[in-house]
Amino acid sequence: MADSGGPEAAQLSSNDPKGELGDVIPEEARSLLRKMEISVAEAEKRTGKNAVNMLETYTVYLIETRRVDSSAENQNFSPDSLWRRYSEFELLRNYLLVTYPFVIVPPLPEKRAEFVWHKLSADNMDPDFVERRRIGLENFLLRVASHPILSNDKIFYDFLTEENGWKEEVMETGFQPKADSRLKALNATFRVKNPDKRFTELKHYSDELQSVTSQLLRVRARVADRLYGVYKVHGNYGRVFSEWSAIEREMGDGLQSAGHHMDAYAASIDDILEEEENYADQLKEYLFYAEALKAVCRKHELLQYELETAAQDLMSKKQQREELASGTVRTFSLKGMTSKLFGQETPEQREAKMRVLEEQIQEGEELLQEKKTECDEYVRNAWSDMERFTVQKDRDLREAMISYAVMQISMCKKGIQVWTNAKECFSKM
Amino acid sequence: MSSNLTAAGFPTQALTGEMLELDEDDDLEVFSKDVTLTDGSSVSASLPTSPSSMTNQYRFEEESDARDIFVTVDNPESHVTALETFITYRVVTKTTRSDFDSCEYEVRRRYQDFLWLRDRLEETHPTLIVHPLPEKFVMKGMVERFNNDFIETRRKALHKFLCRIAEHSILSCNADFKIFLTAQAWELTSHKKQGPGLLSRMGDTVRAVAASVRGVKNRPEEFVAMQEYVDTFSQRMGSLDKVTQRIFKEMKEYLDDLKQYGPTYVLWSGSEEELVEPLKGVAGCIDKCCQATEEQLSQMSDNLVPLLHEYVLCSDTIKAVLRRRDNIQTEYEAKYDILVNKQADREALKGEVEKLEDKVECANSALKGDWERWQSKMRGDVKAGFVSTAQKNIDYHEKCLAVWESFLTSVNADQSVEKSAGLNS
Repeated sequence: MADSGGPEAAQLSSNDPKGELGDVIPEEARSLLRKMEISVAEAEKRTGKNAVNMLETYTVYLIETRRVDSSAENQNFSPDSLWRRYSEFELLRNYLLVTYPFVIVPPLPEKRAEFVWHKLSADNMDPDFVERRRIGLENFLLRVASHPILSNDKIFYDFLTEENGWKEEVMETGFQPKADSRLKALNATFRVKNPDKRFTELKHYSDELQSVTSQLLRVRARVADRLYGVYKVHGNYGRVFSEWSAIEREMGDGLQSAGHHMDAYAASIDDILEEEENYADQLKEYLFYAEALKAVCRKHELLQYELETAAQDLMSKKQQREELASGTVRTFSLKGMTSKLFGQETPEQREAKMRVLEEQIQEGEELLQEKKTECDEYVRNAWSDMERFTVQKDRDLREAMISYAVMQISMCKKGIQVWTNAKECFSKM
Repeated sequence: MSSNLTAAGFPTQALTGEMLELDEDDDLEVFSKDVTLTDGSSVSASLPTSPSSMTNQYRFEEESDARDIFVTVDNPESHVTALETFITYRVVTKTTRSDFDSCEYEVRRRYQDFLWLRDRLEETHPTLIVHPLPEKFVMKGMVERFNNDFIETRRKALHKFLCRIAEHSILSCNADFKIFLTAQAWELTSHKKQGPGLLSRMGDTVRAVAASVRGVKNRPEEFVAMQEYVDTFSQRMGSLDKVTQRIFKEMKEYLDDLKQYGPTYVLWSGSEEELVEPLKGVAGCIDKCCQATEEQLSQMSDNLVPLLHEYVLCSDTIKAVLRRRDNIQTEYEAKYDILVNKQADREALKGEVEKLEDKVECANSALKGDWERWQSKMRGDVKAGFVSTAQKNIDYHEKCLAVWESFLTSVNADQSVEKSAGLNS
């Protein structure tokens, strides 16, 4: 069941709030990944009829899973596999969002290519895009499978292992209507009187993260575009040198070979920028994570608001009881006005009202208590996941920047190589 | 002006293709000289090798060993008068030549004076290759007229111009050259006024136009080859000039975007805690790469760009020289025709024809000799220019490499420090 992982997993992470154990036992070992290897091995194009009986082409992804038994090292289970399309991944994610609102749910790779620089295709059917999406989907599954709470979810497990009937199973959980109301709530405007300061700060952070990563991705794409231009124009040197070498006797060979190096220089940018796309994808993941973070904060706000509303309602009911008991009307009410105009009620009426109010107050107290518990529990769980997320984010982004530096170093070294070769050709002219 | 530069076999493709095509670009009409480019695909294997293999009737003195005159151009100064603002340059001459009264001279000259000198040299030696001057005006493009870089680039070109003259065994003995180097300002002005008058110069021009209309009859093989070489060379230089300017433009735009890239990382670091160091580190690296890029751009415009442009102008100079040679031959051929066809005044005509014949021979010899030396200088310049360009590119990439490597070192050092701190706690 969806909720079975909740308290148990929360227990797990509360035993190890700083994730210090993580250094010794990787997070994955405490989760599903301990038991199985997961990969998105392939992507294929399919054609079929859609809901409105029209022919459409779409891509399916092969999910391979293999049981790993740590006890028997030599055991080689053959992998199981099934095909899923992007929309099914979306379904899974929406289910997780609704079922674990306090979890910062890992994002899916983008639906449509954005932040494309000039040469990169924005076409969903483009093989490079499909390949990067395949990697992104695998990354998504691994993230979920290594999450202390999400990895224990049965629907997730079935997504990986049950080809048939999974969709129906998800729908039966009744998450869809919850998903709709969640969306509505996320977009509603309401004011919280006493927000939790930590969550307010977290919300600001998520806004900043979203804004800065999207700006970074935009600028990076522009820089990539320009760099592409610089390298490619050098290819023209190759062409002109080659043409020029035809009329030169002494310099001909030198010019010709230097020209080849210029061609190589121009060609080298393609691989360089393709690799850099991986860096962009890592940034994009955290751009989308920011969205998930925002949602968690928003949910907290909603719960807080409901709590405050419940408290407010209770207080006003208690006040009404007081007024009824003392006969004074302190607050303006239509009842008060009409009774003033048309005369007081009978004692029997007053008693009936009092009984109703007492009942309502009783219910209100219970509701308030419920809301309070719900809120506290939410705060505890959400904060715990936030801490886990922060450790992951700091680690991942640091690694990303290191690999970016490595890419830059490799690019510089290639440049030095090419120009050294060219210099030699020129020297021999 | 120029057509799309497509040689046979290279499809025209946009940026998405293998190579960036040089499309018609208004911005490339930077300079006042019009470089006309045509499709180079007519260059075939049948093109003879450069005329340097031909025998040289005029043997020039070995110039590099016995240099007895050295000229430098430096110290630009701005002068403001009621009518105009202009720059003068200091020209210093050091010489042991006996026909110079002193062994050291220092004068100030302005661009106009250089123009005058060059015109005089071309008039006196119509078939010698006189090195071109930097352009008079720069209309659009990379620098403005009184910008320091522009003045420095011009100074270097003027210096090279005078050096080439001084190294030339014939041109360095020219009287106008001596006056240019030694005369006081007022002396030069009065000397300039004494030159061949406007009318006589107009006469020359009319004759030249008439001759070119007539066309030369039997252009010697070596000059045909020279013409073909220069035509192709001129196209190649023009293309290289264009390519280099395009690279400059693309790099400038790259730099502009790069300048926004670093600050974005800094902005991000403001929201983070653990990531502050690496984010600021990356930003720092990008900023240092910006600096390296600016240096690269500046040295490009100081070195390769002027060099290529100089040789575009050289090609025009040589084309003009070939035209003048042709005109001299045409003049002779015309007079010769008259001699053959008319009976009257045979004796007088014969003398004239002989003189013109001599003139043609002198012109041809002078050019042939100068051609080889120009070729050799050109190769030297080109080699030095491209070697230096390659080196500058190596330096540029090495600067960036060092920057990123030091970032990696410091980031990994941080990590190991943290790890050991974690273990100890």
